[in-house]
Amino acid sequence: MSNSKVANSGKDATSAYNVEAVRAQFPIFEREIDGQPLHYLDNAATAQTPRAVLDAVAVHDSRHRANVMRSIHHLAEEATEAFEAARGQVAQFLNATSPTEIVFTSGTTGAINLVAHAFGGTLQPGDEVVISQVEHHSNIVPWQMVRDRIGITLRVLSASADGAVDLAALQAIVTPRTKLIAVTHGSNVSGAMTNVAPIVAAARAVGAKVLLDGAQRAPHGPIDVQALGVDFYGFSSHKTFGPNGVGVLWGRSEVLDALPPFMGGGEMIRTVTLDETIYAEPPHRFEAGTPPIAQAVGLGAALAWLCAQDLTGAARHEQRLTGRLIDGLDDIDNNRGLIRLIGPRELDNRLPVVSFAIEGLHPHDICQLLDGHGVALRGGHHCAQPLMDFFGLTGTTRASVALYNNDGDVDAFLNGLDDVIKLLKP
Amino acid sequence: MTNLYQKDVLHHAAAAHRAGRLDDPDGSVMLDNPLCGDRVTIDIKLSDGAISDIAHEAKACVLCQASASILCDKAIGADASTLENVQSQISAMLKQDAPVPQGKWEALSIFLPVADHKSRHACVLLPFEAAINALRTVD
Repeated sequence: MSNSKVANSGKDATSAYNVEAVRAQFPIFEREIDGQPLHYLDNAATAQTPRAVLDAVAVHDSRHRANVMRSIHHLAEEATEAFEAARGQVAQFLNATSPTEIVFTSGTTGAINLVAHAFGGTLQPGDEVVISQVEHHSNIVPWQMVRDRIGITLRVLSASADGAVDLAALQAIVTPRTKLIAVTHGSNVSGAMTNVAPIVAAARAVGAKVLLDGAQRAPHGPIDVQALGVDFYGFSSHKTFGPNGVGVLWGRSEVLDALPPFMGGGEMIRTVTLDETIYAEPPHRFEAGTPPIAQAVGLGAALAWLCAQDLTGAARHEQRLTGRLIDGLDDIDNNRGLIRLIGPRELDNRLPVVSFAIEGLHPHDICQLLDGHGVALRGGHHCAQPLMDFFGLTGTTRASVALYNNDGDVDAFLNGLDDVIKLLKP
Repeated sequence: MTNLYQKDVLHHAAAAHRAGRLDDPDGSVMLDNPLCGDRVTIDIKLSDGAISDIAHEAKACVLCQASASILCDKAIGADASTLENVQSQISAMLKQDAPVPQGKWEALSIFLPVADHKSRHACVLLPFEAAINALRTVD
């Protein structure tokens, strides 16, 4: 470990929030990386999983494993009940009007692709879908595929200087041909939150639907889709302290009711003859094949666990750590103009995702060297190459905070980064 | 970890040989590494099927910059089969514990520590892939 000390705050200032008690629930933090504590700051890519979730999945697979909505034996009844209970947990997390609005998918990418195929399949040549330059590739590529398949027009809201969806041109970009506005709820690169209300108002004015990519927002607590006023919302389990392989598409009931299925197969039907198929009602219409059952149960457990935490204290804690990261980058930079923050400086209404670029240093070199300090970061284009193009970068380095990160993680990152700069830019 | 970033690697990255673009190249290829966003452009001029001039532009990590620098330093006179052979050797050195290439290409031995970091193999190999593709575009 370095002798340099950029920052070392010691005890958490938000003493009411007991981060160590939260952290102790995550077995991963018992391990070391090359003899050093693990400082996991790659939460925007995948969050770690608490023991409660690991146990829930293990109990399901060891006690209740069976397929759902098929067999009538004891285990199948239990599996179906657990699977549907998880759906109910998700509905509660999102303040959906009914669990039938919750479709289990493979993740946020699966959710958006589902909408792109099912809703996208109802579009006509010349119809318009609005996305933004801030989007993750998973909210760009599916719409380009719809464009190429159907002949719709893609219109793009620009990014703002702090990496948010720029709404300055919203009224000009949304037209009577607009059928959907699909944007991120919060950026996986800049951490900037999207101002959703004007987007919903603009969409409503022309009868368009709104989809939010909630992959980055969901790990920070419950979401009220009714208050947001959107039509589709997607998020991923693995970023929300749950298992891999499952995610969620929420769709407003009347919107889901009107959509054709995406994939065909078992579970999504009411009746099949060799001539035709009558499809099941939502959400099963959109869940062809055996779903990720234990994973959905794990997601339900993750959301229950998350909602049982002190989320007000966690939000304050995450915000304070975000401030320490940004201030620490400023301290390291020391007015040399080396480090460029990609994201808002303001701490209110932003996600605890801090991206930055250092002139002449590649993010992979920074991440590789910080890995040697036990610090896990993400470097690269973050599946957001159009946003990288906007900033004239090929990639950024990103530190992303979750409710279990502590001051020691921030200290390790800042001290390690100071060492990296001394090595690579002596 | 710092063994990846030894003096020779940092030297090549900081003072890359044949950095920049060629005027009126016979072949030119830009390649991205989708994992990290490394981007390398290789320009070549040919004489009798062999490289007579070469330059590179690397918006890339230290390993990729150093690899591009060594490649361009040693590639004059090489043809496609030579570069393919060197690419195979360095790939085997990284992935299969094979010996380092010999002769002037022994300079690539500075990448031996990269063998333990699979996610970085592509950083070293990308300039070779671009150069070989550039040769093929001329064919």
